[in-house]
Amino acid sequence: MTSQTSTEYEKYYVPEKSKLAVCATIGLVLSIYGAASIMNDMTFGDPNETTSSWTIFICGLFFFLATLFSWFRIAIKENIAGMNSAQLKRSYVLGMFWFIFSEVMFFFAFFGALFYVRTLVGPWLAGEGDAGRMNGLLWEGFEFSWPMMQTPQEAVGGAAAQPIANNGSFTSAETSMAFASAHAWYAWLPLWNTIILLTSSFTCHIAHMGILDGNRKKFNLWLGITVALGMIFLVVQAHFGLTMNAGIYGSTFFMLTGFHGFHVLMGMTMLLIQFLRSVRGGHFTADDHFGFEASSWYWHFVDVVWVFLFLFVYIL
Amino acid sequence: MGDHHHGPAKGLGRWLFTTNHKDIGTMYLWFSFAMFILGGFFAMVIRAELFQPGMQLVDPAFFNQMTTLHGLVMVFGAIMPSFVGLANWLIPMMIGAPDMALPRMNNWSFWILPPTFLLLASTLFMEGGAPAFGWTFYAPLSTTYAPPSVTFFIFSVHVLGLSSIMGSINIIATVMNMRAPGMTYMKMPLFVWTWLITAFLLVAVMPVLAGAVTMMLMDIHFGTSFFSAAGGGDPVLFQHVFWFFGHPEVYIIILPAFGVVSQIIPAFSRKPLFGYDSMVYATASIAFLSFIVWAHHMYTVGMPIAGELFFMYATMLIAVPTGVKVFNWVSTMWRGALSFETPMLFSLGFLVLFTLGGFTGLMLSIAPSDFQYHDSYFVVAHFHYVMVAGAVFSMTAAVYYWLPKWCGRMYNESMGKTHFWISFIGFNLTFFPQHFVGLAGMPRRIPDYALQFTDFNMMSSVGAFIYGASQILFLYNVIATIVAGKPVSDEKVWDGAEGLEWTLPTPAPYHTFETPPKIDPAHAHS
Repeated sequence: MTSQTSTEYEKYYVPEKSKLAVCATIGLVLSIYGAASIMNDMTFGDPNETTSSWTIFICGLFFFLATLFSWFRIAIKENIAGMNSAQLKRSYVLGMFWFIFSEVMFFFAFFGALFYVRTLVGPWLAGEGDAGRMNGLLWEGFEFSWPMMQTPQEAVGGAAAQPIANNGSFTSAETSMAFASAHAWYAWLPLWNTIILLTSSFTCHIAHMGILDGNRKKFNLWLGITVALGMIFLVVQAHFGLTMNAGIYGSTFFMLTGFHGFHVLMGMTMLLIQFLRSVRGGHFTADDHFGFEASSWYWHFVDVVWVFLFLFVYIL
Repeated sequence: MGDHHHGPAKGLGRWLFTTNHKDIGTMYLWFSFAMFILGGFFAMVIRAELFQPGMQLVDPAFFNQMTTLHGLVMVFGAIMPSFVGLANWLIPMMIGAPDMALPRMNNWSFWILPPTFLLLASTLFMEGGAPAFGWTFYAPLSTTYAPPSVTFFIFSVHVLGLSSIMGSINIIATVMNMRAPGMTYMKMPLFVWTWLITAFLLVAVMPVLAGAVTMMLMDIHFGTSFFSAAGGGDPVLFQHVFWFFGHPEVYIIILPAFGVVSQIIPAFSRKPLFGYDSMVYATASIAFLSFIVWAHHMYTVGMPIAGELFFMYATMLIAVPTGVKVFNWVSTMWRGALSFETPMLFSLGFLVLFTLGGFTGLMLSIAPSDFQYHDSYFVVAHFHYVMVAGAVFSMTAAVYYWLPKWCGRMYNESMGKTHFWISFIGFNLTFFPQHFVGLAGMPRRIPDYALQFTDFNMMSSVGAFIYGASQILFLYNVIATIVAGKPVSDEKVWDGAEGLEWTLPTPAPYHTFETPPKIDPAHAHS
């Protein structure tokens, strides 16, 4: 059974050995050790004590990013050298697809938390249903509304007045990010940011059409515009926001928009690298441009997440 | 590119820089065994403390650290990596692929694990001690009342998740893309099928776990209130997010075990697996159901009655595909030419004891009954029947079954059988009495207990030491086989073994199937 082999089989390239994995591990473990130490210094530590946490974190992170950079460089070089068979390329496609799926599930956790809190926990804390008995015992006078402008703790007089289950001070949100007035829609930045991000998905698609036609000028132009739009989005997004300790409203708002912003930053960096590869290295052809295509999938993904975010965090 | 028929490199570099699926599989297997010993050591501390009522050896705070680390190390360090090691070794050989689809990432998935577990174990020596909130790390125990080492725990979980996600993406890409021509999905060995579905579960739920620990991190250090009612959140939210990960997680642990047993029972029954198609559909059904049953871990938390009912009925449904599997394994043996070598003994041990664990699971799924069983030793007995007698027994069976193919030497059969019987007796002596103390009301996770539970707890402790000691015999047998076992050169090793891996030379060469084999169209799955 094994003696016979198919003749037209193109060899699957298996790299002989590689230091990348070990280097990436060292960088990753140093940076998480550093990050955890920084946070512990901040929360539990003595402010007068200086520690090496930041040094470890920055060195680890730098080493990690440098390893990733060289990893992608090697992968790109292998592809240009023609070492990647059609089958190997499919492995990269599958890898990217399932990576994005895992990212979808990451956001799913935070959206799930948001829906759970808004539809179930809030009303319970305000005294609805069987679970609402706690209202009379702990949170008397708390009324639920979304955005939550007054936390249960504040309803009973703040952290000092709360005898049990006191685990910190939770002040209320000072500003609501919700759509305030239909008359001033043009002054509402989230709407403009939505338009910017949706547009960037279109420009990204036009760039894709460009490379499919073998039109590098069109590709570079529209990809450049996409990256620029991503940057504008991030600048606007960084400009305003809630403090994350503003009760559960601030928590969910900050986590969802914060992680989305971080993903936009990643996606924009990916697209920027593809842009530089095309402009400076002349990479990508009409039938071989997966580096760009993968980044563009990622970009469309962050765009779709934003649509949900805009709908459930800002509008509803 | 030079010659592709290199053997392994020499020295430590071979293991650090390898991209070879067999090397990586070997590292996973040894690492998971080391973690099994470490987690077992924690379990021995627990059992030593519980040998008698009253405080014996350790203080309660340390006892809690032991239960926590025992669970974490066994689930994330021993069982999961052991099956990933098996997947690495076997999937390319079973589907006729030259290696895993993404070999460098494969190496990275492994090398993340050792330093991360070192970090996790080092929390024992940190100020305030190791995490002591149980492996399920419920808030607010794991947030407001946690020791500072919780931050290191959180980041460890993040990178363990990263390792699992990369490993799973690799397995999915390998199975979907690297099958030899003619190896259609419905011709794949069942072990490959179960791992494909497991990998999908991992990619789906590991990010949710990352979300849960991220929310913890934010609550602890940045003043958010996800798990604090004072700020409008809810500690129960943690349990929902955790178990949305946690329930698929238990199937992540058991599905590859199903796959292993589905390879071994046909081999020693000298008959093809009964109901192959239904096995595949049952596996997929179990995976689907695993996403809609999570709250059966939280019946007593005060859910609305509609929630209790939904999760109860959905949970009971799982018994149907699981029953299909058990009946198929039994039917495979029906009128087979059975022989009882060590892998078969462990598989039969699996079959009987896993079924018992399944039945106690069915008892626990009934919400009104669960109010009595919840957080008692009955639950401990239940999940050790499925985790140890399920996952660990099948893993042990797998090692005995494939070890001759891996190293070209035969293990000592009578020592293997001795290992099985000592394990079997030790295991049952440990966990069978725990059903009784649990039903009689002994809560889990306590260092001391009421006097009437003494006899059964003593039995448990003795059994645990026997089971622990039997693993030393296992280690000795495996090392003795690798170093000086009787050489085997027969490709099939076992006369009933079917599948592509048994067409390769014994021991399996460093590189296999560099050009894909031709699959005989008449040759069905094994």
